[in-house]
Amino acid sequence: MLAIRCRNLRKRYADVVAVDGLDLDVRAGECFGLLGPNGAGKTTTIEILEGLNRPDEGEVEVLGMRWGRHDHQLRQKLGIQLQETQLNEKLTVEETLRLFRSFYDEGTALDAVLARVQLEPKRHAHVGKLSGGQKQRLSVGCALVGRPALLFLDEPTTGLDPQSRRQLWGLLEEFRREGGTILLTTHYMDEAEVLCDRLAIVDHGKIIAQGSPAELTASLPPRKVVSHNATLEDVFMSLTGRHLRDE
Amino acid sequence: MSNPFVQLTLVKLREYTREPEAMFWVFVFPVLMTCALGIAFSDSGAAAIRVGVLSPSTSLGAGPSTPLGASAGLVATLDADPRIDATALSPEQAAAQLRDGAIALVVVPGAGGAVGYRFDRTRPESSVARFTVDEVLQRASGRADAFTPADDLVALPGSRYIDWLVPGLLGMNVMMTGLWGIAFSIGMARTKKLIKRLSATPMRRSHFLGAQVAGRLVFLPIEAGVLIVFAHYVFGVPVRGSWLLLSGVVLLGAVSGAALSLFVASRARSFEAISGLINIAIVPMWILSGVFFSSSHFPAAIQPFVQALPLTALNDALRSVMLAGDGFGAIAHEVAILSAWTIVCFGLTLRIFRWQ
Repeated sequence: MLAIRCRNLRKRYADVVAVDGLDLDVRAGECFGLLGPNGAGKTTTIEILEGLNRPDEGEVEVLGMRWGRHDHQLRQKLGIQLQETQLNEKLTVEETLRLFRSFYDEGTALDAVLARVQLEPKRHAHVGKLSGGQKQRLSVGCALVGRPALLFLDEPTTGLDPQSRRQLWGLLEEFRREGGTILLTTHYMDEAEVLCDRLAIVDHGKIIAQGSPAELTASLPPRKVVSHNATLEDVFMSLTGRHLRDE
Repeated sequence: MSNPFVQLTLVKLREYTREPEAMFWVFVFPVLMTCALGIAFSDSGAAAIRVGVLSPSTSLGAGPSTPLGASAGLVATLDADPRIDATALSPEQAAAQLRDGAIALVVVPGAGGAVGYRFDRTRPESSVARFTVDEVLQRASGRADAFTPADDLVALPGSRYIDWLVPGLLGMNVMMTGLWGIAFSIGMARTKKLIKRLSATPMRRSHFLGAQVAGRLVFLPIEAGVLIVFAHYVFGVPVRGSWLLLSGVVLLGAVSGAALSLFVASRARSFEAISGLINIAIVPMWILSGVFFSSSHFPAAIQPFVQALPLTALNDALRSVMLAGDGFGAIAHEVAILSAWTIVCFGLTLRIFRWQ
């Protein structure tokens, strides 16, 4: 069964084609990673799947439903973490979670979410006083509070210290064990290798390679690797090139 | 408690109460302003007219024909009248004090008991000083009144500047607090991608917009009440019309202000944009809508614009109810203008609000 199915997705902004005929299948229960350099079209793709952006062309099916027809039911089932959201700094951790919980018909008890994102000691702390890692965990907590079937995470660990990253990985594995599906984007190859069952490397709005981390590393021709075993990063660099992608 | 509308409204209330500056501007500032302006203007009618009498003893330019005792005599004659506070001044002092507004008029003693007056015709208090001083001096010189007028002095609360000012301050506060409290907070939430994050949840958009208005209205009774009660008990500013009607006008003013705020905030995506838009909304009303001085001073050509502003309508309605004691019939026109602003602004907001 597919949690996400999209075909021939296209999105063009004024002077740039962000998504250029992208096909994607994410199976229910798997963790799927979208990798790609800056400006490859990852965020646009994920926002189209989240219903925050409309494609110019293409078909999107999420949890068997379609945007434009089942929006409210779909939103009840999705947990979303955006790249740059700054939550209201005047609210406490608990107030923030309670606010997000109130939007969902069904969800997880606040205490359970607080425990899962390890913010119980910070329950009454103002969001403005949290560290970067704590803010990010709260952001994921807000995505989990409606007990989603599908979790979208856009660069969830960018800018976090190694401890916070591991903590977040553990949290995501737990979500997986309970049968949840995850679609995430990341720049960290080690993260993709640890978390993802399958990966797609996106560049110029298209998927240029797809498979499990092991399949992708095995696919690299031996001459591309000089002095060590092929890593996912070698695959990524060989497929997307070495030039900088400053946005 | 788990109702999303209640939760969103609580967010607004927490934003206000956890921001001490916001509390100051909403609750304390209008009262301080009323206090300052009230003290400055509440009994200005009783102040004596200050005039200077040019003194020849220090005056190099005074002619030899001016008797030395003339200016001292003029000061004594004028000072004897309770309406006038006269001082002998050298020409330099007189020029400086006239320029600074410390005195309203300079009396220049002339030959043979005649005097001249030096004053700025554009200053109303100077014209009053000229006629008052002239009357006193003419009488002292023996002029008889053709008849004795009967002065019927009126000093009722309700006709002073402070009485006129308080409804204006109330209107300004009621309408403009929303622009900072609602428009600014929405603009900031959008720059922080918080609105986008909320719109990714099943949150009903009407709940979000409604909570902005509800959060604004919760404090309204305290905010308006403090100002009205303070002005009433400290300065005797009257509320002649019905309190119920006054409350209704205040409520309609706040709702229309909230609607305007939502509209102003419906697209802006940066701090600069939202600040600019708020100023575009506030400044014309501040100047034109009759907060500190009557909007009737502006030329007829721009009156249709002035009268169509929501704050003009609100201020006019508040003054009608508080000062003239008018009923609903007298303010129906203003109520219609405020309602139209409310409906149009809400309607436009629903159409164009940027949820990203």
